[in-house]
Amino acid sequence: MPLVKNAKITTDLFVHVADGAELPGDGDILVPAQRFLGDPEALLKRTGKVGVIWPNNRAVDDLVPHLTRLAAVALVFPSFRDGRAYSQARLLRERHGYGGELRATGQVLRDQFVFMSRAGFDTFEVKKDADADAFAETMKRYSVFYQPTGDGRVTALHRRTQLRHSESAGQ
Amino acid sequence: MYAYDELDRTLINERVSEFRDQVKRRLSGELTEDEFKMLRLQNGVYLQLHAYMFRVAIPYGTLSSKQLRRLAHVGRRYDRGYGHFTTRQNIQFNWIKLSDLPDALADLADVGIHAMQTSGNNMRNVTSDQWAGVAPGEVEDPRIWSEILRQHTTLHPEFSFLPRKFKIAITASEHDRAAIKVHDIGLRLHKNADGETGFEVLVGGGLGRTPFIAKAIKPFVHGRDILSYVEAILRVYNQYGRRDNIYKARIKILVHELGIEKFSREVDEEWKQMDGGGLTLDHSVVEEVRSRFSYPAYEKLPHMPDELKQAAADPQFERWRKNSVAPHKVQGYSIVTLSLKPVGGPPGDATADQMDAVADLADKYSFGEIRVGHEQNLALPHVAKRDLPKLWKALDRLGLATPNVNLVTDIIACPGLDYCSLANARSIPIAQELTRRFANHGTAEMIGRLHINISGCINACGHHHVGHIGILGVEKNGEEVYQITIGGRADENAQIGALIGPAVPYAEVADVIEDIVEAYLALRDRPEELFVDTVKRLGVEPFKERVYATR
Amino acid sequence: MTSPLQQKIKITGPSVVTANRTSDGIVIYRTAQQGWSANLSDAAIVRTSDEARALLNEANADDVGAIGAYIAPVEIKDGGEIKPGNLREHIRSKGLTIDLLPA
Repeated sequence: MPLVKNAKITTDLFVHVADGAELPGDGDILVPAQRFLGDPEALLKRTGKVGVIWPNNRAVDDLVPHLTRLAAVALVFPSFRDGRAYSQARLLRERHGYGGELRATGQVLRDQFVFMSRAGFDTFEVKKDADADAFAETMKRYSVFYQPTGDGRVTALHRRTQLRHSESAGQ
Repeated sequence: MYAYDELDRTLINERVSEFRDQVKRRLSGELTEDEFKMLRLQNGVYLQLHAYMFRVAIPYGTLSSKQLRRLAHVGRRYDRGYGHFTTRQNIQFNWIKLSDLPDALADLADVGIHAMQTSGNNMRNVTSDQWAGVAPGEVEDPRIWSEILRQHTTLHPEFSFLPRKFKIAITASEHDRAAIKVHDIGLRLHKNADGETGFEVLVGGGLGRTPFIAKAIKPFVHGRDILSYVEAILRVYNQYGRRDNIYKARIKILVHELGIEKFSREVDEEWKQMDGGGLTLDHSVVEEVRSRFSYPAYEKLPHMPDELKQAAADPQFERWRKNSVAPHKVQGYSIVTLSLKPVGGPPGDATADQMDAVADLADKYSFGEIRVGHEQNLALPHVAKRDLPKLWKALDRLGLATPNVNLVTDIIACPGLDYCSLANARSIPIAQELTRRFANHGTAEMIGRLHINISGCINACGHHHVGHIGILGVEKNGEEVYQITIGGRADENAQIGALIGPAVPYAEVADVIEDIVEAYLALRDRPEELFVDTVKRLGVEPFKERVYATR
Repeated sequence: MTSPLQQKIKITGPSVVTANRTSDGIVIYRTAQQGWSANLSDAAIVRTSDEARALLNEANADDVGAIGAYIAPVEIKDGGEIKPGNLREHIRSKGLTIDLLPA
């Protein structure tokens, strides 16, 4: 499964460690929420970065106290139809100020890249190779956005206001 | 009319390109049907019994003549020469090829029409009163707010994969023509004590398998806060709405299961934390959108022009005028409803030729503007009264002057088993037979206001629960049978109808409806008492006795 | 959701496999030659649940060409003519039961 990070296909340095599976001695790991919350201190003490895979049916509030010490948060799309992680992503980025890697996992397909990016995801475990190859091109599909999110893209309303100001300045 | 600016135009063109790419990938096999289905639904493309069906949005029911001509063109060029106006200010084409869809969308995009989010589990077309901006006594034009919400809900990065579809309707009149109480969110525009514009917010209404009338969640949300408040509701719904069972996934079930108090607390908590979330609408933003709605340059015209006085001698004209012409907020003008319910015709259908002709009439008599209402009729919103006789003659020639608006033959019906892959029973032929039974205008007038709504399955696209008489088709042992309810209504006093008795076979539906109407004529205490009021006063029993005694 | 491949299939009479064509949506029937036809008369008839399952699996394997394949009942007339087995299939095969223009 290709990983797209900051708009480029890259090598995934994180190892997914399942519940109950043995921890690698060092290196970066992504662990399920349950396992992380069971003993966060032990995991954070190891050599290597720690990221948490947070399920989409649990409020992110329990993750918030740990955010500053996490290298990555992975949110889950069990199906591309299940949009709960979009809300979680926006809450982490916009309300809780999370600035680390925010990764989309599960059924991550090309036609959701723009939505995911707007919600705050910057890293994508893409299901199909062809979709990963098309990432940069897909992100260029839209140049107009109606809603403000934490992604910093200028909204249509804002551009209209700017336009009006420049018009009135020219008069 | 709302005029798209360069940004709106760019966005819908970008959407067309995206969909063109998606269709290409589907046809080449790069996308499976499972993957593509959601993508096509997000752009209004269903698969029905005979073909793909394409649903196009008519936001808040306002069309320009140019746009209507383009819809006619799509019907002619890519379909079979007609379209079907739905109960949610959309138009559907029934026979469109997937391979033609990108071109059809591009043709529509040229005139500022799109099909974004007319299906799928996202925020659907924002609907409003079809008389918005012209009805007397309106608080203000609700389309300004509908447009603000339309933009905000279009390709929303957080709420495009909700548990289920989500529908918002807005009214600004005392009499609710937008059926806001049967929407996921209903907004009633009103002013607070300080004269500021805001909304009463209702939530959790809906029909389908489990009908609910919406509950009031906030008596007044200030206009500047409406986006953040709607966003708070959606965020709660997106996280907690059920995804395990499609029939329990609408927000109405969440509101029902949590109770409105608890749901309301959740929303308030979220709203408080959002603290505007960059969504607070300052005055200039609202005015910017308002400035892009244009209104006709009305003339100063007499209340009762000579042309109208003379035409009053013609009883046919008078009958139509009394039935189809409504007061306008400007003196000397009228709102004219064009019935898409001819005797024997499928409710809500219009041919491409009719659409072109209506566009021409709109240019001539209504400042180029047309409206579409949830009752599946059209309207010309700015007709000078002196032009009414000429307009009537022209409409009559087109078959669009049936004087049955709000009468027993003004039937709302879904496409039913003739078209729809979800339907269990036919709707249209039932409607057609009923229009023949009640074809006599004298009888229909004597009966008075009576809404019949027909759905071909429990999904209730024909809004049968809120018909004064509701007809629901179901399948039993391979046969079509129909359950009949009475006493429903969709207006400000919205009510779910009550079952009158056992389901009846296809061939007997029209007889039973005739019997119900006869029972009403016998039971009403005076001619002015409407059917729905007689049912309210007496309950279902006396109707049941009369209708089922001999069955 | 159960995959169509695992669904229990039980037929009680002669049946066909039908779907809609991906490119234009029209109604099609699976033929005995591993293809599709727009004519019901060309459809492969199955009479046992095993045959039905096999034909459906074969149809579902063509995800590019067809959408939403399923098993539909038919009647076989004395002369061998194939008729749709219920109203829904009748409408899919023969078209609308209504007049489009007012009478």
